[in-house]
Amino acid sequence: MPTNAYVPHAQGYVDNEGPKVVSSRFIHDDSHTLERALATDAYEGMKIALGMAPHEVAALVKDAVLLGRGGAGFPAGIKWGFMPPVWPRYLVVNGDESEPGTYKDRLLMENDPHQLIAGCVITCYALGLNQCFLYVRGEMALAQERIAVALNEAYEAGLVGKNINGTDVSIDVVLHWGAGAYIVGEETALIESLEGNRGMPRLKPPFFPAAKGLYMKPTIVNNVETLANLGWLLQNGPESYKTYGSETSPGTRMLAISGHVNRPGVYEVEQGKVTFRDLFYGDNYCQGIRDGNELKAFIPGGGSAPWFFPDQLDLPLEARPVGAAGSMLGSGAIVVMDDTTDAVKATLRLVRFYARESCGKCTPCREGTAWEEKVLQRILDGHGRPQDIDLLLEIGNNISPGPYPVASFDSQSLEAIPFPPKQTTICPLGPSSVAPITSAIRRFRHEFEEKIEAAVAARNAGDQDD
Amino acid sequence: MTDTAPTEATTGVPFTLNGKDLEAKDGELLIEAAERNGVHIPRFCYHPRMESVGMCRMCLVEVDTGRGPGLQPSCMLTVTPNMLVNTESESTKAAQDGVLELTLINHPLDCPVCDKGGECPLQDNAFAFGPGESRFVEEKRHYEKPIPISDLVFLDRERCILCDRCTRFADDVAGDPLIHFIDRGNQTQVNTFPGLPFSSYFSGNTVQICPVGALTSKPYRFTARPWDLAENESTSTVDSTGARIVLQSSQDKLVRILGVDSDAVNWSWLSDKERFAYEATNAESRLHDPMMDTSGALESVRWNAALGAAVNALALAPSKIGVIGGARMSVESQYAWAKMLKGLAGIDNIDAQLGDGIDAEAIMSLPRATIDEAAQPGGVIVLVGIDPKEDLPTLYLRLRHAVVKDGASLIEMTPRATGLSEFASARIHTQPGSLGVIAQSLGTGMVGTSVAGVSARQLTDASKLLKSKRPVTVIVGRGNLAERDGYTVAALKSLRSGFPEAKFLSALRRGNIHGALEMGLTPGLLPGGQPLDTEIDGWITTPAERGLDTEGILRSAVKGEISTLLLLGSDPLTDYPDRNLVREAFDAVTNVVSVDAFLTESSQRANVVLPTTLAGESAGTFLNLENRLSPIRSKVTGPGQTRDDWMIAADIAAVAGGDLGFSTVSEIREEISALIPTFADIDWSEVDAAGDGPLIASSPLVGSDLRTSGADYSVPVPSGDYGLRLVVDRKMWDLGTMVNESASQSQLHTEAYAGLASADATRLGVFDGDKVAVTAGDHQASLAVKVIAGLPAGSVHIPFRLPGFDPGEAISASFPVNEVAVEVESS
Amino acid sequence: MSRLTAQNQEVAAEIISRYPRAKSALIPLLHLAQEQDGYVADDAMEHLAELVGVTPAEVLGTCSFYEMFVRHPVGKYKIDICTNISCQLVGGEELLHHAEETLGIRAGGTTDDGLFTIEDVECIAACTEGPCLQVNYRYEYRLSNSDFDNMIEGLRDGSRDDVPPHGTLGLTRQHIPQDHLAGIGSPETTPMPAWFESRQPEPEAEGA
Ligand SMILES: Cc1cc2nc3c(=O)[nH]c(=O)nc-3n(C[C@H](O)[C@H](O)[C@H](O)COP(=O)(O)O)c2cc1C
Ligand code: SF4
Ligand code: FES
Repeated sequence: MPTNAYVPHAQGYVDNEGPKVVSSRFIHDDSHTLERALATDAYEGMKIALGMAPHEVAALVKDAVLLGRGGAGFPAGIKWGFMPPVWPRYLVVNGDESEPGTYKDRLLMENDPHQLIAGCVITCYALGLNQCFLYVRGEMALAQERIAVALNEAYEAGLVGKNINGTDVSIDVVLHWGAGAYIVGEETALIESLEGNRGMPRLKPPFFPAAKGLYMKPTIVNNVETLANLGWLLQNGPESYKTYGSETSPGTRMLAISGHVNRPGVYEVEQGKVTFRDLFYGDNYCQGIRDGNELKAFIPGGGSAPWFFPDQLDLPLEARPVGAAGSMLGSGAIVVMDDTTDAVKATLRLVRFYARESCGKCTPCREGTAWEEKVLQRILDGHGRPQDIDLLLEIGNNISPGPYPVASFDSQSLEAIPFPPKQTTICPLGPSSVAPITSAIRRFRHEFEEKIEAAVAARNAGDQDD
Repeated sequence: MTDTAPTEATTGVPFTLNGKDLEAKDGELLIEAAERNGVHIPRFCYHPRMESVGMCRMCLVEVDTGRGPGLQPSCMLTVTPNMLVNTESESTKAAQDGVLELTLINHPLDCPVCDKGGECPLQDNAFAFGPGESRFVEEKRHYEKPIPISDLVFLDRERCILCDRCTRFADDVAGDPLIHFIDRGNQTQVNTFPGLPFSSYFSGNTVQICPVGALTSKPYRFTARPWDLAENESTSTVDSTGARIVLQSSQDKLVRILGVDSDAVNWSWLSDKERFAYEATNAESRLHDPMMDTSGALESVRWNAALGAAVNALALAPSKIGVIGGARMSVESQYAWAKMLKGLAGIDNIDAQLGDGIDAEAIMSLPRATIDEAAQPGGVIVLVGIDPKEDLPTLYLRLRHAVVKDGASLIEMTPRATGLSEFASARIHTQPGSLGVIAQSLGTGMVGTSVAGVSARQLTDASKLLKSKRPVTVIVGRGNLAERDGYTVAALKSLRSGFPEAKFLSALRRGNIHGALEMGLTPGLLPGGQPLDTEIDGWITTPAERGLDTEGILRSAVKGEISTLLLLGSDPLTDYPDRNLVREAFDAVTNVVSVDAFLTESSQRANVVLPTTLAGESAGTFLNLENRLSPIRSKVTGPGQTRDDWMIAADIAAVAGGDLGFSTVSEIREEISALIPTFADIDWSEVDAAGDGPLIASSPLVGSDLRTSGADYSVPVPSGDYGLRLVVDRKMWDLGTMVNESASQSQLHTEAYAGLASADATRLGVFDGDKVAVTAGDHQASLAVKVIAGLPAGSVHIPFRLPGFDPGEAISASFPVNEVAVEVESS
Repeated sequence: MSRLTAQNQEVAAEIISRYPRAKSALIPLLHLAQEQDGYVADDAMEHLAELVGVTPAEVLGTCSFYEMFVRHPVGKYKIDICTNISCQLVGGEELLHHAEETLGIRAGGTTDDGLFTIEDVECIAACTEGPCLQVNYRYEYRLSNSDFDNMIEGLRDGSRDDVPPHGTLGLTRQHIPQDHLAGIGSPETTPMPAWFESRQPEPEAEGA
């Protein structure tokens, strides 16, 4: 029975109603152990897969329309199909979770490593490869340790490695870890990093990982949560899987809802069946905005997503409508801001993140994000100039030309511009810095203006004093 | 990546550029296809000789491949059929303006004091595409102003726009990733590891390819402004690769050399030795006036007096005169000297090689390959003897590209590991004296057992490749000055008979040595590889009998049979491998006449010194190791009373009462074309044009049998139980005259060391840096140990012409191989 | 300080053996060096360059890209306080200021006793649990100022013995016994696994 309450040993996770695909073991305080994993059939799906032909497993995953949970939401089954018939080939699991607001892969790695390992083996088996690298974010010491322990147990138990489960199938899963760089979550940067290099993205094309990835060999990069689904999927079949969620977005998602809600937390939620309003105000979920305040804005899919506003509260949690409304579900990170929030400050904080995390490869991102941060900081420090607001928009336009995706602004009859944005850069990091700027200036321009006017007035007064 | 394989008329790829229907080549990058069609797309990071990284984003253009227009970096985009490209659209312009503005925000505005000012792509782009006024009112990024990243290169990180060109070059092209991006994002900088400078033989290329003034070279810094420069395309005479260069001068002084993107030869790259060679030309120590030793010391004299003395010294029977050198001169000067010496005076004791080369006839009889053929994608390269990284560094870059990027396979048969070893498919490291028998086993295919310490495995790997039906090119040079060249000739013989399809690239390294051989500055041959009894129009005589090579000349001198030595830009006292022999010869002769640009050890011993101009001061032609002709141009006037080499030959002839029959370089060229069959088809205007330059026809010697003089090339037995066999070769930086006379290069060499195989080091109980005593006869020195990769046990590697120990003291030209004793120093 | 100790060289060898190319092991090896010395020393980078066959400049290029690697000594406890958006909304910056005041140092600084370094860091994936921090990469969630003070107290007086010194990440490493290893092959030559080949679908009959 779900308790509709926090689970103490998986801090932040709320055991609420609704189907559990990936978080079913979180209620156990020993959910990370092999003992619990075996007792709760964590490897059953893998064993079923090993009894099928690899191409049947791949077909099953394709049939289930398992959307990637790393941000872009691309169907895993279709991505797998892009691999040319070239060996060796590799699987790289993306556990670099660093998108602002995102907190779900870490929970999955710390609390159910065996489910993830089984997902890795299933994927390797389906794709006919025998080496998988599990790339865990560097700062996640506990996740690394839990996975290391789990892998050691699983190797010992013959669940991974040579002759898995007594078959002739042999697959190594190697734990790898990073050292602090958000950009390394981007799949081509992840691959560079795994090669021991600076995590600077490669240009796609020509370097689509499925064709030219790790060591220029075909490589699939999948998110931790994506693979965590596979055990359940194999065990219960695509039909059962598709009974959850909506037609275009089947299954569940782990959502982290942070910020100004009464019960922030990580929830496993059926896709498409729940709206943002349900999430923020529902008893089963976040139980309202803190202190009874009004909702000012929210970020529906991690720091890189353009902001939504109360106008968008009734959108379902489903990739397509959210994209059409001018943003994205991204990495399942929802950040809620109430009406006490300083929009300029929040914008600066997000922009500073992209400026700090730019890998430095593309001129527009390297120079532009730092410039944006400087201008915003100046405005906040009381040195703003009236032309700075347009300047911010124009720097943004250099990084991401053309109309930037934004949500509709009903009271001003402004329509949404759908996601994704255009870019003058290699990867979307630079353009992501434009999301908060465009969102905040369009909706809360007056807050910028007030700060600048106050600054101008202070300067004028100063001039008169002299 | 640009390939040099001739692109046949493949079916073009139709695409539309700014409304015009055009064709791109198969696989062509958009930025190149546009350029070929007259549309220049601005760029910073793109370089045609390196893989694109697409990071500066300056080359963004609007491209529509059917899914609507979008911005794409044209340096990363291969043209696909029916692509619509618009480089003039508003969105293209907006993107380019935007990128440029962002490139400039942190760039200092110090153009007036920047070396690059006036020739700076950033400045040009800012002018052509820029937004004008900067909107950036924040503080710019600050770094300590220029920091030296090597002995030759300075880096100003404030100016750097992070295009990855220098770092890519260091890693991908030179293979010396000693500069790197450090830190991240807006803080990214290029730098070296603390205390580990960018000491690459190729560091100067980074200065040439830096699109801004971030990298500057120590020799050029602040010496000139680009608008004061006059320039001429020419050829580097530093080594036999014949890299194509641009000579730049300011106020009649050479100030800079840049590499030219010659498809056939150097792809725009240069070694630092080639790039900074002009410093020697400008050296204070250059000879200005003729000199004569009238009273125990050399004194300046008038040309008349010097020429008279020279003529007197040469007024002897041909057999009493020995001529050494000539590889430094232009083809025209070489011809003039050959005609004067062989055709007027009948002298045949002439050798342009100083005992460090390979028998001339052997080299000239080889079926020649071009550099392109040697470096062709998928070919097999056999490296015999030399380490191209040390001996012919620019050729090394081409070979490296071939094996690293183009799938060529490498077999090395060298006395030690080379700069290419890490990429070699078979590494055959030969003990001194074993090259002949090893090549024999490959030639005959008997590779089942180990030969002279080389494992059957390496031999089999090599043999498989040689028989793989892939095109084979043998690159051959003298890898060990302490081993007779006969071993190399024997190896060539085996390879030629075992692999009749194989082609050869000579790696004789001295400047215009191939010109010298072709013009007959070698015993037994007339120009064009013709036998001595050939009648040449306008030549009064030809030598009656085959003369002596350098070793023979020196021995005859010792015996008193030769009394005049004529040195043509050569310094045998330091450059000939057998120090005792050359010393004795100099002591024995009556006259030494030296034609040189510097007072070398040898010319200091001369009675007469005739001062010459150097490349850059005189015009002529260069014949590189492929037998490709290219121009040497004059850009500045020679110092003092210096004269071109060919003029000095003509002057001597005139003073002696003869007439060479020409008075300009073009007259010499006409005569060469008219009289020498290998030059009969040469169109000299093609030589002078900006193209790759023509190859001369193959000489009648090609395909003839190799002389091996019946010597025994089986492996000699070691003489004593404590001796190690000497491997003596050259480093790029040594005490060679031109390097030594260049202010910024003269300090770059290392000290002499004793290179040991790890087995021998272990046996002696020494480690890197420990001292050992090296004894050769009554000569002893204490040298630091260096454990050398790939050196076979029983060998000791001591480079030639480094301070600390002269291995020439341990070499006797009469021994097939030479040994020294290496012992732990008793402390 | 130093090159890897003999013991750590063994660990390094095992780590390197798990990768098709040695350079791939570089980040884990840099962590190993940091675990040994508390920071990544120049000597250590030179040593790693030897171990994976690259130049020290390349090691520095990688090392300096990642913010977890410090190239100079820091406090025994590195306290990374998240001020990114989710935490900012619930008091992350205030927590940072409190920490700065309490310890008398600014973000980036180290206390005189060498015990504490504070950093103002980006999102650490505990967004619903803000304000939060990591001390040597161990989480502390939903901290009040007094929670912070208690933490410092505990670290100072040794009662918080669950936090190893800076540089140590997971306490257990992956170890693959030789007889359980499927096998790591070279990217150039590793073929399609035999088990996969034998499970390929029958090619459909021609013209059927
Ligand atoms: C700047 C940037 C950061 C990213 N960070 C992550 C990340 O931390 N974790 C992740 O799984 N995917 C991240 N992604 C998405 C990955 O590039 C990739 O799409 C994903 O790992 C694919 O897995 P999936 O198909 O299973 O979603 C990031 C993308 C970008 C552009
Ligand atoms: S957009 Fe930014 S983060 Fe992405 S590759 Fe370019 S510089 Fe790096
Ligand atoms: S020239 Fe194409 S991105 Fe720099």
